[in-house]
Amino acid sequence: MRTENEIIDDFTTREYEHGFVTDIDMDILPPGLNEEVVAFISAKKEEPEWLLEWRMKGYQAFLKSKMPEWQNFKAPDVDFQGISYYAAPKDQPKYDSLDEVDPELLRTYERLGIPLEEQKLLAGVAVDAVFDSVSIATTYKEELGKLGIIFCSMSEAVKNHPELVRKYLGTVVPYSDNIYASLNSAVFSDGSFVYIPEGVRCPMELSTYFRINAQNTGQFERTLIIAEKDSYVSYLEGCTAPQRDENQLHAAVVELVAMEGAEIKYSTVQNWFPGDEEGKGGIYNFVTKRGICKGDRSKISWTQVETGSSITWKYPSVILKGDDSVGEFYSVAVTKGKQIADTGTKINHIGKNTKSRIISKGISAGYSNNSYRGLVQIGKGAHKARNFTQCDSLLIGNRCGAHTFPYIESRNKTAMLEHEATTSKIGEDQIFYLNQRGIDPEKAVALIVNGYAKEVLSKLPMEFAVEAKKLLALTLEGSVG
Amino acid sequence: MLEIKNLHAVIDGNEVLKGLNLKVNAGEIHAIMGPNGSGKSSLASVLAGREEFEVTDGDVTYKGQDLLDMDPEIRARDGVFMAFQYPVEIPGVSNISFLKTAVNEVREHQKLEPLSARDFLKRTREMQELVQFDSALANRSLNEGFSGGEKKRNEIFQMAMLDPTLAILDETDSGLDIDALRIVADGVNKLHSKDKAFIIITHYQRLLDYIVPDFVHVLNDGQIVRSGDKNLALELEEKGYDWLKKEPVTS
Ligand SMILES: Nc1ncnc2c1ncn2[C@@H]1O[C@H](COP(=O)(O)OP(=O)(O)OP(=O)(O)O)[C@@H](O)[C@H]1O
Ligand SMILES: [Mg+2]
Repeated sequence: MRTENEIIDDFTTREYEHGFVTDIDMDILPPGLNEEVVAFISAKKEEPEWLLEWRMKGYQAFLKSKMPEWQNFKAPDVDFQGISYYAAPKDQPKYDSLDEVDPELLRTYERLGIPLEEQKLLAGVAVDAVFDSVSIATTYKEELGKLGIIFCSMSEAVKNHPELVRKYLGTVVPYSDNIYASLNSAVFSDGSFVYIPEGVRCPMELSTYFRINAQNTGQFERTLIIAEKDSYVSYLEGCTAPQRDENQLHAAVVELVAMEGAEIKYSTVQNWFPGDEEGKGGIYNFVTKRGICKGDRSKISWTQVETGSSITWKYPSVILKGDDSVGEFYSVAVTKGKQIADTGTKINHIGKNTKSRIISKGISAGYSNNSYRGLVQIGKGAHKARNFTQCDSLLIGNRCGAHTFPYIESRNKTAMLEHEATTSKIGEDQIFYLNQRGIDPEKAVALIVNGYAKEVLSKLPMEFAVEAKKLLALTLEGSVG
Repeated sequence: MLEIKNLHAVIDGNEVLKGLNLKVNAGEIHAIMGPNGSGKSSLASVLAGREEFEVTDGDVTYKGQDLLDMDPEIRARDGVFMAFQYPVEIPGVSNISFLKTAVNEVREHQKLEPLSARDFLKRTREMQELVQFDSALANRSLNEGFSGGEKKRNEIFQMAMLDPTLAILDETDSGLDIDALRIVADGVNKLHSKDKAFIIITHYQRLLDYIVPDFVHVLNDGQIVRSGDKNLALELEEKGYDWLKKEPVTS
């Protein structure tokens, strides 16, 4: 393999076929993917050589991977050469005032109860000096810094904590894991890095205050969270506000590492643009999320509320390596229109007395398709491992579909596995009952759906839960009748 | 308050109400009796605005407005309450938060401020007391896993909370034990006032010992075939419905 410098030299001096002269100062790469592009990204970010090599391995793995074929929908053809893999983060506001923003979008923000200043940030409007997100972020980071907590962007982490990144990056989701994880390894743009030192309980929900900063990190995010012995952290990803993105393919990777006695709670609210009525133009959300309970008595829980994207395809997983470790997956996936969700989890029981709990609530409306896919593996040494799985489907109308694919592979006879599944329909009689008490049909559906998803919503951090409830109601607006 | 004229309604191609007339004034209690399948619940459903029933002829005016023109939730906010013969279960939705939503929808319609958490709690306590509704039930999911009788009592509790102008009780007495029956009847009597009206659908004269109706009507085959005072109920208890079925329609 050529050295980093050779590649960069070659790249920066070479002329593109289309007469395009590359320039290290440029802000956006033309569409296309090859070794030079990977090298360019790494050079642009001033990364160390080991990371460039790692990206290159990801790229090689990507070239060798095939598209998966087991999913319960027709995967779209993604033109990997048609994507631009680097764009400098833009600080330039798009608009000068909220008056210029699509009123429909503002109406939605308002109904979700998003504060005005935050609305501006979300919509790309210049903000007043009073609300400076950077300074707020700095204040909290200082507070966290006193506890030894590192919370920063992946790029910063590579610069300031290279030894930690190098030690853990790709240890949970290897660069060869699947085609999208390989692609992400090769071209990841940025993402978050969290390190919680031994014995520290992170005093705040991470990213609540920073969710705006999480904007524009692009389509190939990479997140790494490490919780040392006996530490605790709750991390929030996403935003209830509808997010639009020019980029159709989103292939993020999230890796979690929990040491002995540590606990990581990872909550997601995903509301990417679902496309128009025909599902055109919506986001493909193909994310690889995995956590490892490395140490004994450690715990990882994934909680997700998925309402957006035209296709959601993800299985947040947990490897229960440590004895007595616990993995949890709580999910609400809503599909309407022509949306598709194929989501679920994979829990791999390796250690003794490991426990897992899976609660999945699918809600389908319109012409959408919602599948739960789960795999619970019990290894030879996982004595007395236990799993409880419940997957429920709720149908609104007659044209949507719900499917469940629960798989179990047990190689230990002492394991105990319980599985429950239900499918129900929102009945006309339930809606009428609420109408008769003065509640209009939209609110009635919102009440019924929130009741149905209660167990999952209750796992979200308080303020996120309130927003998520509103989001569910808003998402399903117009689905009845 | 309520005037029904020549009401015809169809469900699934069957005509279930065939020219029904009824007038209810404020302060009155009307009992409706009649054999199974005669159209009692259908009448209640049409008044409450259930979409499956298609009104093919006739008028209904409520407080001077065309009732049939109003959406079900608007009727409810305007004071029409129906205690269901078969209340549905809504898993995960807490009885209390549902009621809070309902109460505040009604208040908004009346241009009143929403009740504060404290006032709502106070009202809940009072009404629980009034209809002796177990607070454990009030806090559970709406009707989920309730016994038949508990569901009926929940209907009365909701009625007490919503304080309707016109309450239609569809066989609320069926499935209640003797004590519950008396409690429910007491509740109705306490809520009753000169500007409120009740339509009570029942199969049993017994309920009418506790709630004394001003009028008793017999519904048969989609029409009211006989009206009278409370003595009609006693007569029915004794003779059944056959003698009325054979008689020509009167009004
Ligand atoms: N959803 C429906 N589809 C078809 N037929 C219906 C439907 N609902 C009611 N009916 C029919 O309408 C007629 C009147 O029914 P309704 O429920 O009004 O009777 P009811 O007087 O309340 O009887 P009960 O005393 O048994 O409660 C019956 O013949 C019934 O089968
Ligand atoms: Mg009936």
